[in-house]
Amino acid sequence: MNAAAASARPKRSLLTDPTLRSIAYQVALCAGVGFIAYEAITNAADNLARARIATGFGFWDTNAGFDISQTLIEYSSRSSSYGRAFWVGLLNTLLVGGLGIVFATVLGFAIGIARLSSNWLVAKVASGYVELIRNLPLLLQLLFWYNAVLKTLPETRDSYAVAGSVFLNNRGLVLPRPILQTGGAALALTMVAGLVAAVLYRAWARRRQALTGQQAPVLAVTAALVIIPAAIFLALRGFPFAFEFPERGRFNITGGVEILPEFAALLFGLVLYTAAFIAEVVRAGIQSVPSGQVEAAYALGLRPKLALRLIVLPQAMRVIIPPLTSQYLNLVKNSSLAVAIGYPDLVQVFTGTVLNQTGQAVEVVALTMAVYLSISLAASLAMNIYGRLITPVGDRS
Amino acid sequence: MNRIASILALALVFAAQSASAQTLKTVKDRGILHCGSNGTLAGFGLPDAQGAWTGLDVDFCRALAAAIFDDPTKVKFVALTAKDRFTALQSGEVDVLARNTTWTSSRDTSLGLNFTGVNYYDGQGFMVRKALKVNSALELTGASVCVQQGTTTELNLADYFRAHKMQLKTVTFATADEAVKAYDAGRCDAYTTDASGLYGERLRLANANDSIILPDIISKEPLGPAVRHGDDQWFDIVKWVHFAMLDAEELNITSKTVSDALKSDNPEIKRLVGTEGNYGEQLGLTKDWAVRIVKHVGNYGEVFERNVGQGSPLKISRGLNALWSKGGLQYAPPIR
Repeated sequence: MNAAAASARPKRSLLTDPTLRSIAYQVALCAGVGFIAYEAITNAADNLARARIATGFGFWDTNAGFDISQTLIEYSSRSSSYGRAFWVGLLNTLLVGGLGIVFATVLGFAIGIARLSSNWLVAKVASGYVELIRNLPLLLQLLFWYNAVLKTLPETRDSYAVAGSVFLNNRGLVLPRPILQTGGAALALTMVAGLVAAVLYRAWARRRQALTGQQAPVLAVTAALVIIPAAIFLALRGFPFAFEFPERGRFNITGGVEILPEFAALLFGLVLYTAAFIAEVVRAGIQSVPSGQVEAAYALGLRPKLALRLIVLPQAMRVIIPPLTSQYLNLVKNSSLAVAIGYPDLVQVFTGTVLNQTGQAVEVVALTMAVYLSISLAASLAMNIYGRLITPVGDRS
Repeated sequence: MNRIASILALALVFAAQSASAQTLKTVKDRGILHCGSNGTLAGFGLPDAQGAWTGLDVDFCRALAAAIFDDPTKVKFVALTAKDRFTALQSGEVDVLARNTTWTSSRDTSLGLNFTGVNYYDGQGFMVRKALKVNSALELTGASVCVQQGTTTELNLADYFRAHKMQLKTVTFATADEAVKAYDAGRCDAYTTDASGLYGERLRLANANDSIILPDIISKEPLGPAVRHGDDQWFDIVKWVHFAMLDAEELNITSKTVSDALKSDNPEIKRLVGTEGNYGEQLGLTKDWAVRIVKHVGNYGEVFERNVGQGSPLKISRGLNALWSKGGLQYAPPIR
């Protein structure tokens, strides 16, 4: 039977066998690409060696010897290495990226929804914002905000001061630094317990509504569960924080927590810029929901706010997530424009000073690109998982 | 985006280039010298409103072009920031880097560069606002200091403050221009760079008289041109262009008197101007290489006075940069 089938097929030479040919082509292509990559790498290594330019990551543990203006982890020019400087830069990038994503999302959703408002003024203001902000280059906006901060705020000696403990000047905002005392952990534990209770209560309320249709007051109970135990704790035990208050020094305000103007300008610029794009994404998502859905929601007696929250947004989110992910990635990548305004992000610290001091451009740039790639892939993965979770099982592909 | 271009170029060059050590031939074939220069520092490298470059380092490149082509205009100046300059030289984007660059051991070795000499002896200083009533850098504890990234200045600053156990808040900018603007806007109490640079930058402030330059010099900053490793002939040429300018000054040969020098009987002068021996040919240039330099650009003293000395708005005195015979450090080996 098999032999008969085989003989029935016209006999072909190996040269014209499509399967074999496609395998051969792919092997040849892979070999070609591999050979070019190998040649490029070995040749680069040869040339670097011939020019006697140092290679490898031996510099990683060498003392850096330069200062960084904002450090989330301990860092000193005396004892910290280039590797430590890398982590300082990376954390500064993640800080501005993380906060930027949160604020840009909140602002972007608000503006996107406002653009569809039936209130003429609100809708026009929102669309004016979007058209203005997204059509100006981001770098220009960052320089604008940075200069706005530096030029409009007073010099150190004329700082705006609130109660002698909060200072605002053109070198930043200085706040009292909270220092945890004994009892702080107990307070935190109390509040966490309150939160857990609130989450359980909400689950119960939702189930009861599904079963009986009766609604329970969620917001008030949640607030009470979190705040009341904490308030009782404070009343009994007193405040478990001490504060290090900033003081006026000869040149600067010393002590306290400092928010640098470079950070503020970068965050502000990134949030405003990205929010304009997110607003458009949100608007497109909402408009993709068939109007029959809203009409049906109204017919069931839902108020506009509830209809938006329960009917429109959950469906719109499926359209919003993919382009929203792109905007998040853009925000993180755009944060490297920090270079222009002196914020010590990864690019400024690592491909700036470290590259220059070590001269190892190939290693430093490759590592930096790998970091941005990892951040972007991780963010994109998280968003894809979230997107999958909010897609009904039947629609998943 | 010059920076990204030069880094990509570097990667490509390292990946694709086979060894080419013949910089002189490349430059001659190309017909123009590519010179990495400072684009924003008055007295050292700065294009004017018409796009004509002036400065001590600029004139060095012109002298090099004059020695090769007998034409000081055959230079293309590439403005580089402090942090991009070494990449630009390593990748071959420029043939020579003359951009007020401090000669240090690590730059001379692990960056793949060779410094050819010192065309300006400098040291790091501070500029502060007069209103702060600071008289010495030692009083700056707790101050915010604006600084340009990728410089020895950035390292010296941290060293100096930690050596004197003083508190420091640095604010680092990618270019000197941004750092000075931030200082001018009140972001920092002090701006620090090489003393020569301070005089130039001070003139660009909104109100130059509100700032003073502190007397303290906290470091040695020997500034000089640099070339890539691996081409000894080119290294020699760049080195000897500087020496020729010094020897010319020492022998009192100026751009005005150079034609008389050709008739001189003094053997030292004869060797310099090429009426005796073939010292220029030994370098791979022509007999009259030094004459070309002095005729078109001038000797070291002329170049100094024109760009940073009494003939310029900076009015810097010769100091360490006087000839060795006049109490300074500028000393050139003899041509023979």
